[in-house]
Amino acid sequence: MTTLTIDGRQVEALRGSTVLEAARENHIEIPTLCYHEALEPYAGCRLCVVELVTPKGSQLVASCVYAAEDGLVVKTNSGIVQESRRMTVELLLAAAPKAKVIQDLAAEMGIEEPRVSLGDSDCILCGLCVRACKEIVGANAISLVNRGFAKEVKPPFEIGSNACTGCTTCVLVCPTGAIKLEDVLDSRSVHRWESDFEARECKICGDHYLAPEFAPDLKELLGEEEV
Amino acid sequence: MNSEQAFDASELADLLGDKQDGEDKSLMSILEDVQARYRYLPKDALILISEWMGVPLSQTYSVATFYNAFSLKPKGRHIINVCLGTACNVRGSRKVVERIADRLGIEPGETTQDGEFTLETLNCVGACALGPVAIIDGTHFGRVNAAGADKLLKKLGVEGRKE
Repeated sequence: MTTLTIDGRQVEALRGSTVLEAARENHIEIPTLCYHEALEPYAGCRLCVVELVTPKGSQLVASCVYAAEDGLVVKTNSGIVQESRRMTVELLLAAAPKAKVIQDLAAEMGIEEPRVSLGDSDCILCGLCVRACKEIVGANAISLVNRGFAKEVKPPFEIGSNACTGCTTCVLVCPTGAIKLEDVLDSRSVHRWESDFEARECKICGDHYLAPEFAPDLKELLGEEEV
Repeated sequence: MNSEQAFDASELADLLGDKQDGEDKSLMSILEDVQARYRYLPKDALILISEWMGVPLSQTYSVATFYNAFSLKPKGRHIINVCLGTACNVRGSRKVVERIADRLGIEPGETTQDGEFTLETLNCVGACALGPVAIIDGTHFGRVNAAGADKLLKKLGVEGRKE
């Protein structure tokens, strides 16, 4: 076990856990957006920043990737932490004003209008869908494409492919509800990836089920060409 | 449209070598080779490279779209870059871009119809004392003004306005 101090409280954590895990294990709340227990931490949303108090002074670290070590002194809600989080939320709101979860966070912090406008997306590029598709499903159907302001999550060549199996893990894991799923009787569409599936009818109960084809046949995509 | 070099899958196989070597090679260096050969990354090439390396296509596409060195659209035989960094900018590099764009009949980021020229801008090459800086096919030219741009274009065979 590792012993550290969080918000003035001595807490114990399993060796190898992060500061975020140690805090949550001890019912100390740290807000996150890009973190998911089942996935590798990404440190993308910067909402989980905490203040690390050291003899040399304080510094802000992302608690989701910072290892909990013996003797660490951490503050999860100090002045500089609140200031940093506030700025982060304001920037997230500027980039994704349509996302309900961001609106709620902003309202909590008393942010009414962001001082700048950076777009009108509902995606905050937290990468949860990409990581879930890769680490949990293993389909690797989507990825972060382009860079800077043009960055977005897309399937390769921005066209729907049967690398997507319609499992909807991305829909479940998305913190902002940016990925829309439409299930109509005999079809399923995951709109953001332009994935459409035809559901088959069960011959016994009459219910519909999804039996997508797995793994794209690349040779088929390329015609008859031999490689 | 003869600018677009036809993509040949067997040629790519030569470029890539033995399939067993796939894991030892780096994706970046292969993409660089293909970009150099075709002046862009053909879609079929990306699919084949992914399969060959055992890297998901989504990841290959992610890398291919991230770096400026890679392009999914064919680039021109000559690549003209004009620096729009602060120092070049205040010394009038915007005028240089405008002149070249006007002469070639394209906007920055575009390629001429005949596939000869691509005009691009960048934000500082670290040669601020020489500004405005233009880079043509890897060669740096300093203190370029609109008239100088005309001269450089003339060397490349562009006379007057090109439609």
